[in-house]
Amino acid sequence: MKVTFPHMGYLWISLKAMLEYLGVEVQEPPPTTKKTLILGSKHAPEFACLPLKLNLGNFMEAAEMGADTILMAGGCGPCRFGYYAQVEYAILQDLGYKYQLVVVEPPEKHISEFLARIRYITGGRPWWQVINAIRFGYIKARVVDDLEKMAQWRRPREIIPGSTDQAFSAALQLIIEARHPRDVPKAQSQGTQIMNQVQVDERKPVVKIGIVGEIYTLLEPFTNLDVERHLGRMGAEVNRSICLSEWINDHLFMGLIKGTRSSKEARRAAPPYLNHFVGGHGQESIGSTVLYAKQGFDGVIQLLPFTCMPEIVAQSILPGVSADLDIPVLTLVVDEQSGEAGTITRLEAFIDLLNRKYQQKEVLA
Amino acid sequence: MKPTVGIPRALLYYEFFPLWNVFLKSLGVSTCVSPCTNKRILANGLKNSVDEACLPIKLAMGHVIELCGKVDYIFLPRIVSVAPREYICPKFLGFPDMVRNAVPNVPKLIDANIDLYHPRSKAQKNLHEIGKLFCSNPMRINRAHKTACHSLISFKKLLQKNILPEEAMEIMACKESAFKNKHCNYDSNGPTIALIGHSYNIYDQHISMDIIGRLKKLGVNVVTAETLPEETIRQGATILPKKLFWTLGQQSIGSAIHFLSDPAISGIILVSSFGCGPDALTGELIERYIHGTRPIPFLKLTLDEHTGEAGVITRLEAFLDMVYWKAG
Repeated sequence: MKVTFPHMGYLWISLKAMLEYLGVEVQEPPPTTKKTLILGSKHAPEFACLPLKLNLGNFMEAAEMGADTILMAGGCGPCRFGYYAQVEYAILQDLGYKYQLVVVEPPEKHISEFLARIRYITGGRPWWQVINAIRFGYIKARVVDDLEKMAQWRRPREIIPGSTDQAFSAALQLIIEARHPRDVPKAQSQGTQIMNQVQVDERKPVVKIGIVGEIYTLLEPFTNLDVERHLGRMGAEVNRSICLSEWINDHLFMGLIKGTRSSKEARRAAPPYLNHFVGGHGQESIGSTVLYAKQGFDGVIQLLPFTCMPEIVAQSILPGVSADLDIPVLTLVVDEQSGEAGTITRLEAFIDLLNRKYQQKEVLA
Repeated sequence: MKPTVGIPRALLYYEFFPLWNVFLKSLGVSTCVSPCTNKRILANGLKNSVDEACLPIKLAMGHVIELCGKVDYIFLPRIVSVAPREYICPKFLGFPDMVRNAVPNVPKLIDANIDLYHPRSKAQKNLHEIGKLFCSNPMRINRAHKTACHSLISFKKLLQKNILPEEAMEIMACKESAFKNKHCNYDSNGPTIALIGHSYNIYDQHISMDIIGRLKKLGVNVVTAETLPEETIRQGATILPKKLFWTLGQQSIGSAIHFLSDPAISGIILVSSFGCGPDALTGELIERYIHGTRPIPFLKLTLDEHTGEAGVITRLEAFLDMVYWKAG
């Protein structure tokens, strides 16, 4: 059995760590590229959202490398993600791939449901080992998130262009290589050290931009055309409304770990603009925008894949939020036709707008 | 002065109007339905929605705008779920908020939740919430709810006799006398085609370009999911590896599978609208299932706001050629 799973940003680091700790053989798909996208969008339904197409491409590429079992998350709607696994599997079967499908549905009532499903995949390992493995995956996710946050702060302030990204990938490599939970703290401190060596100009004025939207598009740099990096290079400090570790804590651990940012706050901030959940992260997108405005951010960028239902609801409502709270919002819709140059142009224009607003504020103050 | 409640002729209007109408009327409210879709309504809807929204939502926006200034309230319940462990679609969940944001000076919205997701929730309780706006007597609301349910049941019965929703509503409005003249449509000698699609797409004559009327004029019998009892549809949908969490998606898949097993059906047309999220997945499953089981003429039509009748006619004709050719 060689298990594979779809890519979503750095999720693979956690999943691989968790599964390998339990002695499961893992074949992660090669990094998502244009080829993945072409493969996926050729065989997926035309109006399916981009993540489905990329998942499909990931599975096809992983099969070439010997993967024979898919580990996939499920859901109970109303967002389409809940039915991804079944549709993707039907397509793969018709294409003649010999895959085994294991769907982990999110716990509806209690965390034990989730644990039982993990245990099923790992073939009856003792509980303490399963729990340790999950913890291992979670710790890695948290460390990666911390490093990413450091990078988000450093990128607009770096003195040598590109030095942050170089340091970040070196630090990330250390985390990936940690084989055991007890190796993680050391890797983390080494990684932090590497990040701290990046020379920065602390007094450089930067604009602060919050990023909201659909989780896959937020977390997967290939999908969002690397907006975070582009924004950083243009001199903007970025804050992402969803981080992997927070998402794991919210949705898989059901908020068991206290003291981290939770999507609950975002949902609570959404009314009166959006008074009901709409699946996916639609309500969180509205709520996070409200929170960013209150925290004094200069602007918000919403990212969504074409035809994403919850985010379209949010997109329809964001202009009102933007006008009420006086915070500029830019919506970027991505699909297989998206081009980097067009995106960069729009980001540049947005930052110009924010800079002008920023200067006006300074003058008034 | 009786308050007037406006009901947009869009979205689940074709499924639940008799229930809503009778319920509101029994509480002493007068109701006003927006006119049939026309170019102006569609254009207003398009102008006030984001480009990425699907056609039915844009259209519904147009119908809401059409009612503005004419009514005291707009009936726009937040329809979260109409069956246990199922949803309609995320956009239905957010629609009242989208309207509030897009339409300035919108009349008061009746946007109470209709949420039957949890097996223990009761439709009656949801409707009570709405009834309280107009009536303080819970007994009277209860009675209104009961008559409304009866009305919905007789409406569904008419639909199962293959009468179109608008006609069925007419029949119910003028009682039995009209019914005798409008007899069953199921009498032509032509082939029978199953038309699968959401009621707000296929029964709206403007955006569907009167596909049902056109087919009938070409001598074809048309059957839809609404002609089937609910159990048949649910039974059909059980072939899926995992229960589908969209009620409307279940309707499409369940009816497609039922019609596929019915030898009297000589072709299937699947109608969806541009940008419909659930249809992107259910349509794919239906298509794959049809290819894998019974070779039957199959046409997939995607509706959008750009009207091009010629294109639709050509494709319908080509499809019917295929049906006749197969029949020999």
